[in-house]
Amino acid sequence: MTLVEHERPHEEPTPESSRESRAWRNRLFKAAMLFSMLVAFGTLVVLLVDTIVTGWPAIEWKLFSDPPSTLPEEAGGRPAILATLYLGALVLLLSVPIGVLTAIYLEEYANRERWWNRFIEVNIQNLAAVPSIVYGILGLAFIVRGIGVGRVVFAGGLILTLVVLPTVVVASREAIRSVPDSIRQGAFALGATKWQVVWRQVLPAAIPGMATGSILALSRAVGETAPLIMVGAITYVAFDPELFGAYTALPVQIYNWTKQPDPEFQTLAAAGALVLLVIVLTMNAVAIFLRNRYRRQW
Amino acid sequence: MNTRLATTLAATTLVVLVAAGCGGSGGAEAITADGSSTVGPFVTKAAEDFKAAEDVDVTVGISGTGGGFERFCAGETDLSNASRPIDEDERTLCADGGVEYIEFRVVTDALTNVVNSANDWATCLSVAQLNAIWEPGSKVTSWNQVDPSFPDQPLKLYGAGTDSGTFDYFTGAINGEEGASRSDFSATEDDNVTVRGVSGDRGALGYFGFSYFEENQSTLKALEVDGGDGCVAPSIETAQDESYAPLSRPLFVYVKQSSFDENEDVRNFVKFMLDNNESVATAAQFVPLSQEQVAEQIAKYEGAST
Amino acid sequence: MPQAVVFEQPAPLTLPRKRIRWGEQLVHVLLFIAAAISVLTTLGIVLSLLLPALDFFREVSPWEFLTGTTWAPLFLDAHFGVVPLVVGTFLISFLSALVAFPLGVGVAIYLSEYAGQRVTGVLKPVLEILAAIPTVVLGYFALTFVTPLLRDIGLDVEIFNALSASLVLGVMLIPTIASLSEDAMAAVPRDLRDGGYALGADKLQVSTRIVVPAAISGIIAAFVLGFSRAVGETIIVLIAAGQLAQITFDPRETIETMTAFIGATGNGDIPTGSIEYKTIFAVGLTLFVITLVMNLISIRLVRKYREIYE
Repeated sequence: MTLVEHERPHEEPTPESSRESRAWRNRLFKAAMLFSMLVAFGTLVVLLVDTIVTGWPAIEWKLFSDPPSTLPEEAGGRPAILATLYLGALVLLLSVPIGVLTAIYLEEYANRERWWNRFIEVNIQNLAAVPSIVYGILGLAFIVRGIGVGRVVFAGGLILTLVVLPTVVVASREAIRSVPDSIRQGAFALGATKWQVVWRQVLPAAIPGMATGSILALSRAVGETAPLIMVGAITYVAFDPELFGAYTALPVQIYNWTKQPDPEFQTLAAAGALVLLVIVLTMNAVAIFLRNRYRRQW
Repeated sequence: MNTRLATTLAATTLVVLVAAGCGGSGGAEAITADGSSTVGPFVTKAAEDFKAAEDVDVTVGISGTGGGFERFCAGETDLSNASRPIDEDERTLCADGGVEYIEFRVVTDALTNVVNSANDWATCLSVAQLNAIWEPGSKVTSWNQVDPSFPDQPLKLYGAGTDSGTFDYFTGAINGEEGASRSDFSATEDDNVTVRGVSGDRGALGYFGFSYFEENQSTLKALEVDGGDGCVAPSIETAQDESYAPLSRPLFVYVKQSSFDENEDVRNFVKFMLDNNESVATAAQFVPLSQEQVAEQIAKYEGAST
Repeated sequence: MPQAVVFEQPAPLTLPRKRIRWGEQLVHVLLFIAAAISVLTTLGIVLSLLLPALDFFREVSPWEFLTGTTWAPLFLDAHFGVVPLVVGTFLISFLSALVAFPLGVGVAIYLSEYAGQRVTGVLKPVLEILAAIPTVVLGYFALTFVTPLLRDIGLDVEIFNALSASLVLGVMLIPTIASLSEDAMAAVPRDLRDGGYALGADKLQVSTRIVVPAAISGIIAAFVLGFSRAVGETIIVLIAAGQLAQITFDPRETIETMTAFIGATGNGDIPTGSIEYKTIFAVGLTLFVITLVMNLISIRLVRKYREIYE
């Protein structure tokens, strides 16, 4: 038996230059990635700083207590801020039950074989992609005119609910899916009916995920402007909003103030934007806190 | 634990909602006004003062004169603000909708042509020149095409949208026919957008109601108009005595007859706008009615109240 | 003698008749109704767009609508060519995708390949904050900060221009693209990366030649989603991009998108019955169809390119 000797090909050590260029390319690549991060966060910082600096002079009690006015010195955002809060409450009250129930249906009850269930699923996916202004058109045609409710807070709330419903459904489905099957099977084994399993085992376990998703959807609803413009959140509303009364919401008020070229209204717009940001970011912070605090390890 | 969380959230929501349902000092039906964005600021100022005086709420929209009439003739609003008189089609619409109305002239306007304050070459344009710029199919895209002595600066046009009474009036006065206009300009029902556009561009030209110019004198310059009798600058005086031709125009508020008859607040608001015409107009930077014009309108009011 | 064991056939099994639990049935029905609300919504959208749009197309030929290059629907000498609006929409969407896509994927690569646990824990919430900013605030920022800034650095932009809106919109989309791409990259098993490193590849090569191709379906989905959201965006363009329907590819000029037209024209009221009323629905229908098609394409693409890992 002879050992066949293979000529080990003489290995050239990697030339200095190629190694260096590789190192450089890597550094450049990393820098490019860092640059991306910088742009994203830099813009955020600049936006926040600019808004705070511009809007700070107008942050005073008046902003929260007074109605808007043609004179910027006297203008406040009280009706708008109140309306935004009410709209948010409406959206929460309507979208969460419907969204959660839909999610339960799709995850626990729907037979995937049936075409109508698949249709519902695809449908929800598509609805999530529809621009919010199209919901505004829908709202105008059916809710304001169709049912004849008119340009009232309730109509605005209904439309915003429809806008965020797909988001709530998707988030709730994720939450339900993350509940391990063993929990369900255990309950079934003990003789529980389907609804008992869902109501007493699956739902309680999925609540944190649902809460997070709902609050995130809510924060989006609160910041929406386009659909509300379409359903008549009027320019000048000087009184506190009521469920079935005329209204204007904070984003719409900001939009109106932004359009005014008078620099004093710019300050007001920035102040309004600050208030809106605070509301939205607080909601997000709460959602993130919930998510982290209640995260279960199965 | 989790159910407690859910219950807390639900409870908070319900509390906020109940507060919304019960709360609100502006309980009684608000008076609704909608229409021209030119007249809007005047009616808004009047509404503010009226609220301070009588604690009655008035909402003011700016859908444009045409948009306002559509809602008005469908019975949706009490008042319709208009920067031109109601036209034939709208009269029919109102008749079909069973809406009778009273027309009140509330204030006067000098439709102003504005340019950027850095525009140092144009001070006066004749109606013929304006017509050449704004007529349908106009190919004027640069200032030196308007007048050879002007520099070769691109002409950027901003103007009123087609739902706006300002648009109707301007095209009628300058182009001879309401609605006849070139279409390649930035058109908007919201005159603030025009203000911003013109103040942001050296070669820009726009038109809107006098009050918008008054508000923004630091960034805009008003052009004088030669209607055949020499160059006249827009101002309160020239608008009142109508020497600023052909662009001085009356502004109206149309009141729904049934609201006028049945709602005391509506009657009071209309009276308020007439009685306090001078102060409200001046504060909102409009051209107030002359003494006799006020008297005329009050007589009309009295007539309608019986 | 052993006894023959006779096996008797056991009696056929009879279960007690199944008791229908009416409560359960009711629950099932109620849940179905909840789910059906979403279908009703879609039906509502389609109907509210389709009926008036059909009415519109009775007066204006679809051919003129889809191919005409002048959009002047409300003037005496009316033109109903939707092309300028579509061009405006796609100009903005394309530019913002140009900003959002590279930066978004860059952020995703950084988070997934380079950043440590702590850094990621800080950066991801910050990304979420960026995603949460209401569009009206972004529009305001575009008009009052970005446009003057662009003018200061010498770009001769008009007061309302496509560039400011696109830049801000692009940054707004970074979190969306980044998070979807990052999810896709995270799903790539460690073994693939380790294999690459084992063979002597550096980070650049592993990221670009292994991870990204493996996650490509998710990245494509992210891109299409981002683009579709740009197409549907209303407020930022309404505030900052203008209302002049013209066909131009110069981002410094004023344009009008489909969404801006709908938002500006529907502001406050749509006069019923008039041609103006109907244009909103025609344009709305066009917009809806475009986003629907993009959504379906994205679902297709994801399915086609999805790599299945064990």
